[in-house]
Amino acid sequence: MSTTTLPPTEKAAPVSAPAGTTSDRARSERTLGWLLAGPALLVMLLVTAYPILQAVYDSLFDYRLTDPENRSFTGLSNYWVILTDSTWWIAIGVTVFITAVTVAVELVLGFALAFVMAKALSAIRPVLRAAILIPYAVITVVSAFAWKFAFAIDTGFINKWFGWLPGISGDTDWFGGQWSALFVVCVAEIWKTTPFISLLLLAGLAQVPEVLQEAAKVDGATWWQRLRKVTLPNMKAAIMVALLFRTLDAFRVFDSVFVMTAGANHTETVSFLAYRQTISRLEIGLGSAVSVLLFLAVVLIAAVFIKGFKVDLAQARGER
Amino acid sequence: MLDGVHRLPEGPLPDPARRLRSRWPRSRRGLAVGAAAAVLTSVLAACGGGGGGGVPTLTWYTNPDSGGQAEIASRCTDAAQGRYRIETAVLPRDASSQREQLIRRLAANDSSIDIMSLDPPFIPEFAQAGFLAPVPEDVAGRVTEDVVESAIEGSTWNGELVAVPFWANTQLLWYRKSVVEAAGLDMTQPVTWDQLITAAKDQDVLLGVQGARAESLTVWFNALIESAGGSIIADNSTDPDNIQLGLTSDAGLRAVQVMRDISRSGQAGASLSTATEDTTATGFEGPDAGFQVNYPFVWGRALAAVEAGTMEQSVPDDFGWALYPQVDEGTDSAPPYGGINLGISAFSQHVDFAYAASECITSTENQAYYFTTNGNPASDTTVYDDPDVLKVFPMAPTILQSLDQAAPRPQTPYYSEVSGGLQREYHPTSSVNPKTTPQKATDFITAVLRKEQLL
Repeated sequence: MSTTTLPPTEKAAPVSAPAGTTSDRARSERTLGWLLAGPALLVMLLVTAYPILQAVYDSLFDYRLTDPENRSFTGLSNYWVILTDSTWWIAIGVTVFITAVTVAVELVLGFALAFVMAKALSAIRPVLRAAILIPYAVITVVSAFAWKFAFAIDTGFINKWFGWLPGISGDTDWFGGQWSALFVVCVAEIWKTTPFISLLLLAGLAQVPEVLQEAAKVDGATWWQRLRKVTLPNMKAAIMVALLFRTLDAFRVFDSVFVMTAGANHTETVSFLAYRQTISRLEIGLGSAVSVLLFLAVVLIAAVFIKGFKVDLAQARGER
Repeated sequence: MLDGVHRLPEGPLPDPARRLRSRWPRSRRGLAVGAAAAVLTSVLAACGGGGGGGVPTLTWYTNPDSGGQAEIASRCTDAAQGRYRIETAVLPRDASSQREQLIRRLAANDSSIDIMSLDPPFIPEFAQAGFLAPVPEDVAGRVTEDVVESAIEGSTWNGELVAVPFWANTQLLWYRKSVVEAAGLDMTQPVTWDQLITAAKDQDVLLGVQGARAESLTVWFNALIESAGGSIIADNSTDPDNIQLGLTSDAGLRAVQVMRDISRSGQAGASLSTATEDTTATGFEGPDAGFQVNYPFVWGRALAAVEAGTMEQSVPDDFGWALYPQVDEGTDSAPPYGGINLGISAFSQHVDFAYAASECITSTENQAYYFTTNGNPASDTTVYDDPDVLKVFPMAPTILQSLDQAAPRPQTPYYSEVSGGLQREYHPTSSVNPKTTPQKATDFITAVLRKEQLL
């Protein structure tokens, strides 16, 4: 079956630059480009590349912050310790679970919200957008505390409100079990970041050319057919970018877990493990190795998205 | 949360942001030099600033309380008559985060820290790393005079006093007089955990303990194993590979047994696996209240609630207190010891003034003030004779006796590993097993200490 998209080349066909040679103007524009972007690039290298390389270097040592004299080179042994430890794999499992659940639910909810925002009466649209954005504006730690207090057995109201549901009573200790605790963590994450995904999707929705919609309507396509054959294919780039950003974000989940369970009942995520080794145990070497592995996992996710699903970041920004 | 809650619940909290604002002043010069350079210079400039000239300013990093330490700082500034000034800076709420902040800054030789309010279990780590300035001999003599033994022990590492004892915390057994009467328990004699379980079941009331996977779990377990005559660390060492744990000893098994019996009695509350000191204190104020082990802050908390009109006077009137429960009948219990001792940073530029200030801070008068206004018991035994103290805290003599019997948590530079490992293996407390848990915990903590496993 065919889907309908406009050819992407149409928008930005080069008009002035003849192929092959570089004109003086192009050259001076390129220099100006470097001059403008150069300082930012330098700062980026300083604040990202340097700490990453430092972490890679530290991860090869047995190094405790309070005992710098006994620092010793141990090669890859920190990585061996981590990768043979069940704690690491449990944390990976928990992190993948949180990522998969939150991103999937957020995508569906985000879509619904994006549609509402796109189709809402223009009179209430600004108010609606602002209202939907509020959770995203709340600091994660604050939102985590709010959800924690809501579900807590002594201060919470959830048990009272939802006591009529099977399995929930006044004595339900949400943070006392792995699945119930992860449920609350996921709910808090979804509440907090759905606005982000819905905003990206809203931008995608706006990119779908109205002419195609109208043409499909004239051809007698139903709402569902238009969604599947016109809207979604034209939004693919925006959807993939939204998914990519949220997956990367979700995989590094820390605040909610830290605030709500502090890792009890098998709710430790990978970032939390890195925190505990580096900050609590002060084992800089071991903690850096966890961080490097987390970094590699994030790079892998990005690579899978960009290569595997052919996400074109430039296209999503409307450059091509 | 390490020793629980070092504060009364009501009352203004100092604002950490205020300090931040005052510490990151000036320097906006480098805009033209380029973004990177500007960032660097402003950071460096802000880090360098100590105090303005003239009178040396000592910065005292305090744990959050009800404003008592800030008041003591201003009193001691007055008493110094211009020799030095003390400014306070507030640390995070729980003790582990306080340690995290201090230790990372000290590892970077941060000279802006002079005096630190330290939780006793972390003192060996600071001392072993060389972060604490040695206590002058004359000071050591004066600050340990009339001080309870557990507080001196908590300020000592490798046989030397390394911190100045400030206030000393301990847990009591709190009971409702009405419940005890109905159950026919004689509280003038020491009671055992088994008796409490039976009484709580008979009367169907709460027996509050701290079962959350937090420092409070280590506090509880340490009290159980010490009361049974054992210790978490049987053979101590500064080399993590040579630390021998005592978890599999008879006392270790007995502690697990008692922990399991309480957790499975059905009287420890629905939220046992997430219960901290605040949770049990709340339960003890409610309609199902029976017993709890907790710090004396629960008394001040109840009085504050009465004053605020959220609690009937009859509730605190029903509060009774006794020494921490025994594990085995006839053997004295070893209640938890906590509190705050003052460490002087080795990187301070005014070590002598800092020690002078710490003597002022821990004076009998200031400890009495701190006890009566902030509810934090003194380490100085003479404070307990003060009629003002007895008026506000009628349980002061029991607290003093409890401090006499109290046992500190394991003293080791690797405390985080030991405590974190315990919390992992002994949580949830209802599924501990005397046959398997001690051995599993021993294997795990030993592996963590040898850096062979993640924590």
